[in-house]
Amino acid sequence: MIEEPVVHGIEWTVKELFVYPNEFIYWSIQIVMYPYMTGLVAGAFVLSSLYHVFGQKDLKEIAQFSLVFSLALLPVAALPLLLHLQQPTRAMEPLLTPHFTSAIAAFGIVFTTYALIVLSEIWFVYRKYFVEQIHALKSAPGLSSAMRRTVYRVLAMGAYDVSDGAIKIDKKAATILAAVGIPVACFLHGYAGFIFGSVKANALWMSPLMPVIFIMSAVVSGIALCMLTYIVIMEWQAFRRRRSGGVIEAGEIKGAEAEVISKAARYLIGFLIAAISLELLDLIFRGYTAMKSWDILRSVMYGKDFMNIFVLQYTLGNLVPFLLLVLPRRTLLRTVVALLLVLFGVFMMRWNVVIGGQAFSLSFSGYMHYEIPVIPHSVETFKEGVFGALMVITTPFVLFWIINKFVPSLRRTTEGS
Amino acid sequence: MTCSRREFLKNTVSSTVASVMPLSAFTLLSHAEAAAALAESKVRWAFLVDTNKCVGCGLCVTACKKENEIPFDAPVTRTWVERYVVTKDGETHIDSPMGGRDGFIDDKIRGEEIDPDNIDKAFFVPKLCNQCDNPACVQVCPVGATYQTDDGVVLIDRNWCIGCGYCIMACPYGVRFFHPEKKVADKCNFCYHRISKGMQPACVECCSFGARRIANLNDPNDPVANIIKTERVSVLKDEYGTKPHVFYLGLDAEVR
Amino acid sequence: MKWHVLRPLWVAIGLVGLILVARQFLVPDDFGVHGRNFTYGYYRLSNVQEWKDFPVKFQGRESCAECHEENLAKVNASSHAPVECENCHGPSVNHPDDVELLPLNTTRELCLRCHAFLDYPNSARASLVSIEDRRHKRRYECVKCHNPHDPKEEVE
Repeated sequence: MIEEPVVHGIEWTVKELFVYPNEFIYWSIQIVMYPYMTGLVAGAFVLSSLYHVFGQKDLKEIAQFSLVFSLALLPVAALPLLLHLQQPTRAMEPLLTPHFTSAIAAFGIVFTTYALIVLSEIWFVYRKYFVEQIHALKSAPGLSSAMRRTVYRVLAMGAYDVSDGAIKIDKKAATILAAVGIPVACFLHGYAGFIFGSVKANALWMSPLMPVIFIMSAVVSGIALCMLTYIVIMEWQAFRRRRSGGVIEAGEIKGAEAEVISKAARYLIGFLIAAISLELLDLIFRGYTAMKSWDILRSVMYGKDFMNIFVLQYTLGNLVPFLLLVLPRRTLLRTVVALLLVLFGVFMMRWNVVIGGQAFSLSFSGYMHYEIPVIPHSVETFKEGVFGALMVITTPFVLFWIINKFVPSLRRTTEGS
Repeated sequence: MTCSRREFLKNTVSSTVASVMPLSAFTLLSHAEAAAALAESKVRWAFLVDTNKCVGCGLCVTACKKENEIPFDAPVTRTWVERYVVTKDGETHIDSPMGGRDGFIDDKIRGEEIDPDNIDKAFFVPKLCNQCDNPACVQVCPVGATYQTDDGVVLIDRNWCIGCGYCIMACPYGVRFFHPEKKVADKCNFCYHRISKGMQPACVECCSFGARRIANLNDPNDPVANIIKTERVSVLKDEYGTKPHVFYLGLDAEVR
Repeated sequence: MKWHVLRPLWVAIGLVGLILVARQFLVPDDFGVHGRNFTYGYYRLSNVQEWKDFPVKFQGRESCAECHEENLAKVNASSHAPVECENCHGPSVNHPDDVELLPLNTTRELCLRCHAFLDYPNSARASLVSIEDRRHKRRYECVKCHNPHDPKEEVE
């Protein structure tokens, strides 16, 4: 054996009182990241569908952006799982021999279906643009133009018809896909909740409410991230234009932007209320029914994890941003702070479910603490440490930057309409 | 035009479905069929642990690790022995250092001295995989890398396991772990290589006190099976509906 | 009718086809439902044989008796009769073919596993002869005085 045998989880698990010998925190930071990232994907898609399906016209700008952004987030939903697998080279097996009684088996299939839906919808929304670019770049000189043109030719998949009739069909197809996409997005995320909710061995996870809670908080985090990224990009563009002596005044941009943001914020608040209500219902029910596991659950929730659950998640991540959003005379800065807190709150919720579910022993007689590895000294402590998580968080923004070069989701404002 | 398109779609869908269906092995046997399949098998392995006889020597754990090539100094183990010390103040002190691999030669529990006069009862409980009839770990495996054999033992395919850890999470008994070298899920399989040759599992072989015994429930002449059938045995955590097949004699209410 | 609408569908069907073709090559032939149902019996059949072929290490006292009949007779007559040879002598694996000498464990810790005194009157441990580790000839291995093959017999 060249490699020294490493017990998975021993690096970051601290045991207290009696814990079965084989119990460790096997599901660590990447499994926190996984539902968090899938949640962002689902949320971003739902936000874009609000425009495409339900015709929320004032969401048009942010809808296009969030659609493309959900594509950038998509590969990142699978990345944490890949980083977490002990046998990453066998990652395709769930597609080869899916064992459908397992919630994870559906991942490959649902994920692929969902990816195809998002890609197709983007294709229908942007096909006209692709064809326009092919024509525009025809006479443009230089190798980069030629290469860009080739990319667009591939993207157009040979469909060059941009007559009014064809575009109308494109729109209709995009609407249908957006409508189909909502249940698929919810399913993609609801079943992430099912993965946890169906583990009967885990007293904290096992709850039929888990999938619904996951969907609600997913939409909350998705909308929050889209709004936040949108605000940042808009402000950045306005800032650049001002510096280059553009004619548009900052106040004007803010006016148009504020409308989109306040509309989106209303949806955010709605989903936030739903998410908190369900979580509280779950908590109250556990306390009231007080099953065998309640003693240890209570000691974890009200004792060891009190800070994480009640201070960081419920107060700082839910209550404070809620107040920041509903109190009158909201400013852009206040919105940004609220959105950051919402994102943090949903992350803490994922943390408290995944890590909190492993904070106590199956024997109900001991505890486990997760000490997240910060400075990596092995592949494992990198993958399942702070740096692995940061890598997962930054990837979608890099991907978005690349995708946006070919599929300009912020086109209308860059053209200065 | 519309007609041909509809027809075309219909054909596409039906041919896709037809090509997928036989491959995905959607065959679910009816409940009666499943029960019949298990009854038909000549063997249904089960285990009997007599906690009254266990002295906590831990030689079963040592033997298991050596027999099954589990790194000796890793804290994970396929079988382990727990010590329970119930004191007069109603507290239950439990420990299993290194899974009881080196036995229990010290009366301290996690470094804490316990006054012998304060002890109501103390005993040892060996644990191993329960080879459940309805194994939750098998149900949740996304790729079919763990399964129940015809004789009731749950095995893990080391060449197919992706190492997601879902089975480890799903087991209410905490018997599963990641093998430190193979990087796949691992657990007790009643020494499948031994019992299928007519030998005893290593832990049974090495137990000097008869605290551990293996049984074939489908053999009417198996003496251990007859103890399970005729005496008052209990199982661990039956509330999970997994139908565990490790039976215990003298199991205390304090045992987790 | 605008046929271009179906183009993403072709891509999707192509992808599904690709996966189905890949399955033909990558999934072992004997993978399928072999046990009682899909839930508990979906697996690669040859894995059962792979486990059956796992090497045996502990051969049991019958195998020891083939050569060490005398020792075994002695142990069997003593109070250590139920103790498996390989608990102290180590798993014999293919002994004597591969290794001539097994790694005999004569440490005090081995004996203490059963014979260290623990004040648990109602546990099985109480029925065994025991010493208080701290008080009884701390620096010596037990086998210096006691013959493990017959504990009653004193070693000179």
